Amino acid sequence: MKELRLMKGNEAFAEACIRAGADGYFGYPITPQSEVMEYLMAQKTHERTGMVTLQAESEIAAINMVYGGAGCGKRVLTSSSSPGISLKQEGISYIAGAELPCLILNVVRGGPGLGTIQPSQSDYFQSTKGGGHGDYKLIVLAPASVQEMADFAGLGFELAFKYRNPVLILSDGAIGQMMEKVMLDVQKPRFTMEEIRKNTPWATIGKTPDREHNIITSLDLESIKMEQHNHELQKKYRAIEENEVRYEKISCEDAEYAFVAYGTSARICQKAIEIARSEGIKVGLLRPITLFPFPKKVIKEMTSKVKGILCVEMSAGQMIEDVQLAVEGRVPVEHFGRYGGIVHSPSEIVEALKKQIIGG
Amino acid sequence: MTEEIIIAGFGGQGVLSMGKILAYSGVMQNKEVSWMPSYGPEMRGGTANVTVIISDERISSPILHEYDTAIILNQQSMDKFEHTVKPGGLLIFDPNGIVRMPERKDINIYSIEAAEMAGKLGLSKVFNMIVLGGFLKLKPIVEMEYIHKGLEKSLPARHHVMIPENEKAIETGKGLITPVLVLN
Repeated sequence: MKELRLMKGNEAFAEACIRAGADGYFGYPITPQSEVMEYLMAQKTHERTGMVTLQAESEIAAINMVYGGAGCGKRVLTSSSSPGISLKQEGISYIAGAELPCLILNVVRGGPGLGTIQPSQSDYFQSTKGGGHGDYKLIVLAPASVQEMADFAGLGFELAFKYRNPVLILSDGAIGQMMEKVMLDVQKPRFTMEEIRKNTPWATIGKTPDREHNIITSLDLESIKMEQHNHELQKKYRAIEENEVRYEKISCEDAEYAFVAYGTSARICQKAIEIARSEGIKVGLLRPITLFPFPKKVIKEMTSKVKGILCVEMSAGQMIEDVQLAVEGRVPVEHFGRYGGIVHSPSEIVEALKKQIIGG
Repeated sequence: MTEEIIIAGFGGQGVLSMGKILAYSGVMQNKEVSWMPSYGPEMRGGTANVTVIISDERISSPILHEYDTAIILNQQSMDKFEHTVKPGGLLIFDPNGIVRMPERKDINIYSIEAAEMAGKLGLSKVFNMIVLGGFLKLKPIVEMEYIHKGLEKSLPARHHVMIPENEKAIETGKGLITPVLVLN
C-alpha cells in the first residue's frame, strides 16, 4: 500500500531507495546528507529487504563499491555532498565509461573547497558538463520537493538500467533537510538472480556454460575501438536527449516574462511569482526537472511569448549558459544568484526581475 | 488559509520538535505543510530555528524571509526575527532571558511565561508544548483532535505515555498567553 509520511528529503530518498528494491548503499557521512545513511542503518535494511548498507572508509572506496555492485547487475547507490562528490568523480567517470547503471545523490552545499554546509546550486557544471574526465554524460534529475526526492529514487534506477548509465540526483541542503508530506510507493522486490541473469546479460555474475564471458572495463588501448565506444556513448546520450527531457511549467500561459530555475530556487521563484502577480507583473516559471537532458526546445519555444528570461540560481551563474544556448539571443537572458550558502528571498528575486529584465 | 511561522530559541528548548508536532498535526488534518530547520553553525551551540508553513494550498517556497507569526524564545532570536514579522502579524515571546523587549508598534505582541511555569510544574520537558498552547489559543489553525494525532505520529511509541502530559501542557499554555500589544 502507498503510505503518507512527513519526512526530511534525505530520509524520503533513503526510504524510497529501499522500496525501489535497492540492493546496496555505500557511502561516507557528510553534512547536509548524513541522514541518508543514518536512516538506512536505523531501518536495518539487511533485515528488511536484504539490502546492504555500508559505511565505507572513504568516498573513493564507496564509489568503487558502487562500481563493483553495478557490475554485478545490482541496484546500487551512493550519496554525498559537494566535496565528497568531487572525490567520487574518478569512479563516476569509470562507471559511465563502463556503461553501468547506478544512482548517485548529491545534496549540494556551498563551495568551493569545504565551503559551507548551507544549501547551494554551485555544482551544476560538475553535474551536467562532466565532473570527471572524458566525454561522458550523467542523467541529472533535480528534485524540488521531498516528494520528488522519493520519486526520483525509483525513476533514477529505472533510467539507469534503461540506458546503462549513472543517474545523478542533484539536490541541495534545503531539500535534503526540510520535511514535507510524501506519498511513498509500495515495496518493490529486489532483483532475483534469475532476473539479473535474464535482464542484464552484461553483468559479471560468474560464467556458466550458457553465458558469454563478460568483462567490465573502461579501458581499451586500441584507439580505434575506443573511438567506436565513444560513438556508441554519444548515440546513447542523443537518445536520452530525444526521450527523457522533463520539465514543469508554472503560470506560463499568459506570462510576459519567465524565470528559469530548478530545485530550491524554483520553489522560491513560485513565491516570487505570487508577489509579482499581486503587483500585476505577468511572470511564469520554467522548471527543468532533468538538467541533462536540458529542456532546450521548450525554452526556445518560450522566446516567442516572453520578453525576457531571468535565471535564478544559488550559484554565480551556471545553468544560465544552457539557457542562453537554448534562447539563441532571441530575448534578453539575465542571471540572478545568491551563493556561498545564502538562499535568495522571494522579494529580491522580484526586484531583480524588475531591474534586470523589465527595466533593462 | 496559509500560516507562515518561525519558531526560534536555544538548542534543547524543543524548538524543532514543537515545529514537527505542529507540522505533523497539519498533515493529520489534511493540510499542506513544510518544516525547514536551521541546520547550520547555529545548531552546533546556540540558537535553533525552524520555519513551519501550514496551508490549504500547495506551498510555494519552504524558505521565507518574513512571517505571519514569530515565536521567540531567546534574546538572539528576538534580535534576529522581530523585524521579520509581517505588519499586522503576531509575535509571541517568553520573557525569560529577554533583556530587550520587542519594539515594533505595527504587530500584535503576546508574552507567555512558559519557562517559569514549566519550572513550577516540574515539567521542563514540555516547555515547548506550553508555548505551542499559547500559539494555538491565538491561532487555532489546527484542531486539538489532530494535535493529538500529530503527537502520536511524531513521538516514538515508547514516549506515547507522555502524550497526556503534553496535552496538559498545551492547555496550560492556552491559559498563560498574555497580551502586550494588540492592534485594533
